[in-house]
Amino acid sequence: MKGENILLTMKNICKYFTGVKALINVDFTLRQGEIHALMGENGAGKSTLIKVLTGVEKLDEGEIQLLGEKVQPKSTHEAQGIGISTVYQEVNLCSNLSVAENIFIGREPMKFGKIAWKEMHKRAKMALEKLDVAIDVTQTLDSYSVAIQQMVAIARAVDVDAKVLILDEPTSSLDKKEVEKLFSIMTKLKKEGIGIIFVTHFLDQVYAVCDRITVLRNGEFVGEYQTKELPKVKLVAKMIGKDYEELNAAIKGDEHKENKKDFTQEVFLEAKGLGKKTEIEPYDVTIYKGEVLGLAGLLGSGRTEMARLLFGAVKPDEGEMYIEGTKKNIITPLQAIKSEIAYCPENRKADGIIPDLSVRENIILALQSKRGWMKYIKRSEQEKIADDYINLLSIKTPSAEKMVKELSGGNQQKVILARWLLTQPKLLILDEPTRGIDIGTKTEIQKLVIEFANQGMSVIFISSELDEMLRTCSRMVVLRDRVKIAELTEDELETNVIMNTIAGGN
Amino acid sequence: MKDIKNITKNQIFWPITALLLVLLFNLFFTPGFFKVEVKDGHLFGSIIDIINRGSPLMLLSIGMTLVIATGGTDISVGSVIAISAAVAASLVGGEMIFVEGVQEYVTLVPMPIAILATLVVAVLLGLWNGTLIAKLGIQPIIATMILMVAGRGIAQLITAGQIITIYYKPYFFFGGGYLLGLPFAIFIVGIVLLIIMLLIKKTALGLFIQASGCNASASKYTGIYVDRIKLIVYTLSGLCAGIAGVLISSNIKSADANNAGLFIELDAILAVAMGGNSMTGGKFSIPASIVGALVIQSITTTIYSIGVPPEITLVVKAVVVIMICLLQSEEFRKLFANTSWLQRRNTLENKISN
Repeated sequence: MKGENILLTMKNICKYFTGVKALINVDFTLRQGEIHALMGENGAGKSTLIKVLTGVEKLDEGEIQLLGEKVQPKSTHEAQGIGISTVYQEVNLCSNLSVAENIFIGREPMKFGKIAWKEMHKRAKMALEKLDVAIDVTQTLDSYSVAIQQMVAIARAVDVDAKVLILDEPTSSLDKKEVEKLFSIMTKLKKEGIGIIFVTHFLDQVYAVCDRITVLRNGEFVGEYQTKELPKVKLVAKMIGKDYEELNAAIKGDEHKENKKDFTQEVFLEAKGLGKKTEIEPYDVTIYKGEVLGLAGLLGSGRTEMARLLFGAVKPDEGEMYIEGTKKNIITPLQAIKSEIAYCPENRKADGIIPDLSVRENIILALQSKRGWMKYIKRSEQEKIADDYINLLSIKTPSAEKMVKELSGGNQQKVILARWLLTQPKLLILDEPTRGIDIGTKTEIQKLVIEFANQGMSVIFISSELDEMLRTCSRMVVLRDRVKIAELTEDELETNVIMNTIAGGN
Repeated sequence: MKDIKNITKNQIFWPITALLLVLLFNLFFTPGFFKVEVKDGHLFGSIIDIINRGSPLMLLSIGMTLVIATGGTDISVGSVIAISAAVAASLVGGEMIFVEGVQEYVTLVPMPIAILATLVVAVLLGLWNGTLIAKLGIQPIIATMILMVAGRGIAQLITAGQIITIYYKPYFFFGGGYLLGLPFAIFIVGIVLLIIMLLIKKTALGLFIQASGCNASASKYTGIYVDRIKLIVYTLSGLCAGIAGVLISSNIKSADANNAGLFIELDAILAVAMGGNSMTGGKFSIPASIVGALVIQSITTTIYSIGVPPEITLVVKAVVVIMICLLQSEEFRKLFANTSWLQRRNTLENKISN
């Protein structure tokens, strides 16, 4: 650290939550004009470190220095005031306000006690132009894509004279082109001398833009590395604390198993001409027992809609469904649950967890509705079930009574998985089960999926990551523009073939 | 130390503290407040009065807690009280009949049937609210506002614009009678509370209500019929208001379409809030709301017994309510705890627990 322009240092940061040590003596150093990746599995302490830095949480021990001066922001507002701005994973702007209002909310330019609209629009436009984004700033924010909204959030963050810009999982809802755009903006800001802290799960992205990497594990500081000097394999090993070879072997082992293709040709579910207007065109699909069927396609291609129809979350307006040969009329989730179908929705926060209820209550919920409200599961039984599944899926929580919102994303996903496994489904539909989850848990979930299939359960697997689909699926349905366009058998499952089918180039 | 913290974290801790504070105030400033006398085999005194007069509010707060737990609100309960009072009064009868110079107690229809009919009407009104909200997706405050406004009109139609006086003596027992020396109304509250608590704790209904209020969309995916849950809670709220209507009309021996239960919906919502329940839905505690209702009634009774001039009673009540709400606000308490022993204790505790 000789002669480098040190912007921010965090030293010996400790943060305790009752019963949990969230951060233990973590060090973090950010220099001017660098992009610094903060890496670690879920629950490693990345979010907590960010929260301490931005004043959301108070640190219990340690010191933060910004440009050599000791600081301790008590709120995000205060943090912003001293030049620490954050852009969160979920865009937290007001979607019903205009772009300009969003950029200047809380600090609108005033003239004679009124908001100077012209001035505001001009400055908003300039702020966005700096980022090479040319949009109409008077339109409401929700008329733009998530990517643009993210850019607006960044424009807002930078416009308040940010010295430190924190990007917390900014790319998880962006497509490839949008990510590239974001990167060019990041590089631009970097040249202006801003220090950027970049939190992400995507390893490729880290190597594309970051200068340095700090790795955390279980709330402890593992080390700070130059990106050039740390190969990917080593980074992963540092993050999960396991040898990469070991991990690779674990997944490969499963691949061999999957290649055995030992699922029977017994049909579990057959849909004929199932469809709903504006959601998805009528489709036929057959799901065999013990197979992992992938639904591939771009976002909005109808993958989720197809699954929701099977689960009765949306009422089909035509078509028939047969389960193990008998015709079933499934128009509500409860009917699907009673027909032994389970569905982990795509949006974990909005459709998955019940945030204020405990882990235990979240786990038993689906089983309880399957049994009916009169047959309340005894408290002692609930506790036993919860403990069993916490152990089975190694959910990291101090107790089953912890509110589920206090868990990390990966563990929340496991809670939802537990909820559905408990109903002993014959068909498990997983919609983006690994999004926003660290590599360790991702691998665990992929392994579980293959295990379930080997035990005879049918699984429908939806994911945006082709690698993951290739690793787990034994057959694939491809969708495009809300139409089922192809079914690919195991022999055809190759990245090129799938890409071509998705793109319609065959 | 940890025990103390757990107690203060318990939802019912602050409502009970508020109640104790109001009572403590009375201990010093209202002579004879805690005096309980035995007259004609009944207990008399301010405390008994609070329990008796607070009964309708306690009933409402039971239903309101469930409604608010689903993230809704029911501002029609005052009107439902007026309607059910009108129905009960017109069925029980408003004529004084003398046979050979002695008053004869007659009803138009037998009293049990009259009460049953009243409760059926209340349930239907609750169902109406529930249907608007759960099936037609109207926002709760608007949906129940319809009945709030129209309800008093309906009540007037039933009473033909008159205040119906009830002369049937056995009917007075509900709101004015005594059992085992205690007001009979409190037994009704107790029974309703017991039944609802059994429903909540011994079936999965409580869990489903919490889940629906906390995240309706996710609840649907777990197979809960959220609209049915809503229908149930608004119906229960209607039923509670109906029973309250019977108590009130029995207590004042008449049905006044304009004034019965006027503004009581606001007290009911306040009782739930004072019980520390979140207005946005989710976790809830009915006993805490009951304590909240008792706090409100204690304030009202206190104001009357220390002789606050009638023109400023509402102001005094508002000030007390604000103070209690501040006491319950964690943010507000933090302001005072910031430099105090509480904070030091907390950090210390964190270290110990690590």
